[in-house]
Amino acid sequence: MQVIVNGQPRELPEGTTVADAVATVTAAGSGVAAAVNDEVVRRADWAATTLRDADRLEVLTAVQGG
Amino acid sequence: MGDDRNGTGGTNPGGTDPGGTDALVIAGREFGSRLIMGTGGAPSMHVLKEALVASGTELTTVAMRRVDPAARGSVLDVLRECDIAVLPNTAGCFTAGEAVLTAKLAREALGTDWVKLEVIADEHTLLPDPIELVDAAEQLVADGFTVLPYTNDDPVLARRLEQVGCAAVMPLGSPIGSGLGIRNPHNIELIVERANVPVILDAGLGTASDAALAMELGCDAVLLATAVTRARHPARMAAAMRHAVEGGRLARLAGRIPRRRYAQASSPFEGIAT
Repeated sequence: MQVIVNGQPRELPEGTTVADAVATVTAAGSGVAAAVNDEVVRRADWAATTLRDADRLEVLTAVQGG
Repeated sequence: MGDDRNGTGGTNPGGTDPGGTDALVIAGREFGSRLIMGTGGAPSMHVLKEALVASGTELTTVAMRRVDPAARGSVLDVLRECDIAVLPNTAGCFTAGEAVLTAKLAREALGTDWVKLEVIADEHTLLPDPIELVDAAEQLVADGFTVLPYTNDDPVLARRLEQVGCAAVMPLGSPIGSGLGIRNPHNIELIVERANVPVILDAGLGTASDAALAMELGCDAVLLATAVTRARHPARMAAAMRHAVEGGRLARLAGRIPRRRYAQASSPFEGIAT
């Protein structure tokens, strides 16, 4: 299936969870948040939330700004 | 501020600690420093850290962006090392929807329900979009956020933001990063006089006298980034800003003399040798 991870199309196996997909872009244990199709998925729910074809996953962290 | 138009010692009830230590109080939380820093524009994390320490700030903004797998070092580590509280912003958002999602992601990532709400109209002026701003503020307040909105220097809009439940209002002095200072001091005074929440001058300051003026006009705090991070010597400018904010605050509390058209001698005329 194809999932858009931070704007980039990615081929991921069926059954990939939010936790799996986040781990492909960052190893940070904190300071990171994820949203699927514009809805925040809490970190505690990442492992139990399965991605589906055409989902848009955003993985954000804090950077210098403001 | 009520009718304290000359700044003769009145203070904004929403931004002042009743205990007499003159702490800044926002949504019940006390801060010893009235200088809120941004982190954008610093050439390195090392320079940023030196500047933050020199500024004496206790609250500092960060932006939320997609993770960069190649990024080295995090601004969050710098803030943690300096024991500075983090204030996420929604910089770069053009709609209420984008800003609300960004605020929710920040709450999840950083464990704070405080947000500097920015909803800009276009990338040339970076001026706030008032319609989207009020919409986003209402949504975030309803969701339990402590909302600090970056707003135009418009007394009516500032009041509307307070009415929808914002914990402070943060009018601009001039466009973000412009260094043009406070272009409409009269509007800032009007906002201060009518506000029941802290007023934080946010954006456009260029140098120390701009920060002092903001405080003399009655603002409760100042938020700045570029003036420090892009100065030739960021840590030195940060120290200058710290002193300017403290000086301006003291001058406001002390109550400046009225402006007079003609001279008023301070030495007595009596007893002059003739």
